[in-house]
Amino acid sequence: MTPLPLPLPLAQAVSLLDAPGGFLVPLLLKIGFVLALFFVVPLVGGYMEHKVMGRMQARRGPVEAGPFGSLQLVADGIKFAQKEDIIPRAADRWVFAVAPGVALVPGMLIFLVIPLGPGVFAVDLELGLFYALAISSVSVLGILMGGWASANKFSLIGGLRAAAQLIAYELPLILAAVAVAVQAGTLSLVGIVEAQAGFELLGTGINLWYVFPQLLGFGIFFLAAMAELSRPPFDMPIGDSELVFGYMTEYTGIKFAMFLLTEYAGMIIMSGLMVVLYLGGWQIAPGVPLPGCEGAAGILDCSTLGALAGVGVTLGKVLLLVFVMVWARVAFPRLREDQLQRMSWLVLVPLSIVNLVVVAVAKVVF
Amino acid sequence: MATTALPGTGLAKGLKVTIKNLFRRPATQMYPHERPDLAPRTRGVIALMDENCTVCMLCARECPDWCIYIDSHKETVPAATEGGRARTRNVLDRFAIDFSLCMYCGICVEVCPFDALWWSPEFEYSEYRIEGLLHEMGRLREWADTVPAPPMLEDGADAPPEVVAAIEKADAELAARSRPAVAAPSAAAAGAGAAEAGGAGAAPVARAAEIEVEAGEIDQETYDALIAEGKSERIARSKAKAAWVKKERARLAASGATAPASAPAPDAPAADAGAPEAAPAAAAPAAATPEATKLADVHVEGTGEIDQEVYDALIAEGKGERIARAKAKAAWVKKRKQELLEGGGEA
Repeated sequence: MTPLPLPLPLAQAVSLLDAPGGFLVPLLLKIGFVLALFFVVPLVGGYMEHKVMGRMQARRGPVEAGPFGSLQLVADGIKFAQKEDIIPRAADRWVFAVAPGVALVPGMLIFLVIPLGPGVFAVDLELGLFYALAISSVSVLGILMGGWASANKFSLIGGLRAAAQLIAYELPLILAAVAVAVQAGTLSLVGIVEAQAGFELLGTGINLWYVFPQLLGFGIFFLAAMAELSRPPFDMPIGDSELVFGYMTEYTGIKFAMFLLTEYAGMIIMSGLMVVLYLGGWQIAPGVPLPGCEGAAGILDCSTLGALAGVGVTLGKVLLLVFVMVWARVAFPRLREDQLQRMSWLVLVPLSIVNLVVVAVAKVVF
Repeated sequence: MATTALPGTGLAKGLKVTIKNLFRRPATQMYPHERPDLAPRTRGVIALMDENCTVCMLCARECPDWCIYIDSHKETVPAATEGGRARTRNVLDRFAIDFSLCMYCGICVEVCPFDALWWSPEFEYSEYRIEGLLHEMGRLREWADTVPAPPMLEDGADAPPEVVAAIEKADAELAARSRPAVAAPSAAAAGAGAAEAGGAGAAPVARAAEIEVEAGEIDQETYDALIAEGKSERIARSKAKAAWVKKERARLAASGATAPASAPAPDAPAADAGAPEAAPAAAAPAAATPEATKLADVHVEGTGEIDQEVYDALIAEGKGERIARAKAKAAWVKKRKQELLEGGGEA
């Protein structure tokens, strides 16, 4: 029996981080890249949330720590590290202790596949989109573990609410993403960005991002992403007026900080995915290549300047989406649990299926 | 929901409100770095002006938290005038407010009848130890230096009634003073000697209210008429007294007016002629007032002596020893006054 030949080449695009130097140097570079992303960008997003939320509520937000309060989250992190680590007597010690890590690590792993610019990504998996969505579902496990192991009714209800919510919104999220994959014809996130650069509106030569043909899908993905992150107005699992602090009630110190970091990292991850899937990745505007990337379709063959500009553009778009999430958080009150479930199963899931069907038919017809 | 607006309008409105706020100036006051803007009547701390305090204890009694502590003692103040009675006076020893109990209701400031308690807007007096919040008299006095002037009235507000009254009074006085001044030059312009009588007459009439007449006698006609009307004796007497004073004034004014007319000094200004003539005219009837009024003016030092006759008579009547002594004392003073008056009259 002969082994089946692989139908497709494995990793199509080559990362800039695959520097010469054997195995170890690129590995360390990539680990450094992912860790830097994971620990720095969420802090920027968190700072923006503090400031924007404050301003929208006619406050100033943090002002004391660092210039314009920019080091507030760093100060918070240091404070959390100093706090006593309390484990309730009735808690399931090991599960309780491991849960924040289980929630946190998947967030870190997703940064592996999100491309920030031409060649600026840790690895371009052929199944990048599938990988990202699959890994993101693991953090539900951490939340459920934390809620269950706390031996606290608020934590338990919060954990169960989180599980129900994450399962309900996973479906529209994935169905919306599938429609993008169908249109792009690939699951590689770099490939999807490339496909958007090459997508033209029916022979007119006008280049378009996927957000335009799939506006419905983008809306579904955005709502589902906010629900996945348990952010207001979808924060029933935390619901501080009902459940104290949901599954995080019993957590203190560094473990609590890990849950918080998971939330902020989740905002960056989901925004990053939206940028890649719908908003053209590192392109400045539809049909406009980055400076230094004019040759070879202007997507991957770039100078260092082009790569850096691409990172800037991607992060700019990510922060714009984070801003919209914060805006929604400030403007809207929390949904009720049954409204939330109803919205997912009776509105978003059918709509995302319709979206998928339309995209698939259009793909075949044109 | 029931509105005709498109679905989602409410959501859009929410987004609009928040985005508007984003570009608006935050309401935050950067307090430790900048002084906050406080309202004009901010209740920061209660200040004490201890010189105004009479130890009436109203504040301490009204305080719902019982956080005001007052200690005082009485002091005897010697008589201010010779023969006066020595008075007692409360002297404030301690006035303390415990701001750890105070709830800043301001009732003490409201009830203080002598303006000894005031609100000051100062608020930075937090302490590490709770005992530090007990502010004693010295500290409360220091706060009084921080009490701001009362805020201006709002635009369009009515002037306070006491201010209105004061202005009206001043206006009236000004008018009364300027009227004869206006009348006199006009009379001088006329030039004729006959006009002088009219010019001089205006001044005493205007001054009729200023002429001092010692009350004491009653106008018998008025009194009889009132009694006949069925008024009580007391009312009739007081009205008759007033009527007498009025009549007396009119008489004096008339005599002042007629005097210069007969005076052989056509060159002298009319007003100057009227005034010196009026003063002796007023003095003359004062000298003629009955001795009853003068009796009150004679000062007799009560030295504890008693009129033995009166005393014995009262004791014989069966009065108590104390009452008899008091009445006898009064009788002695009266007698002594009479003696003095007669002696003075002879001299």
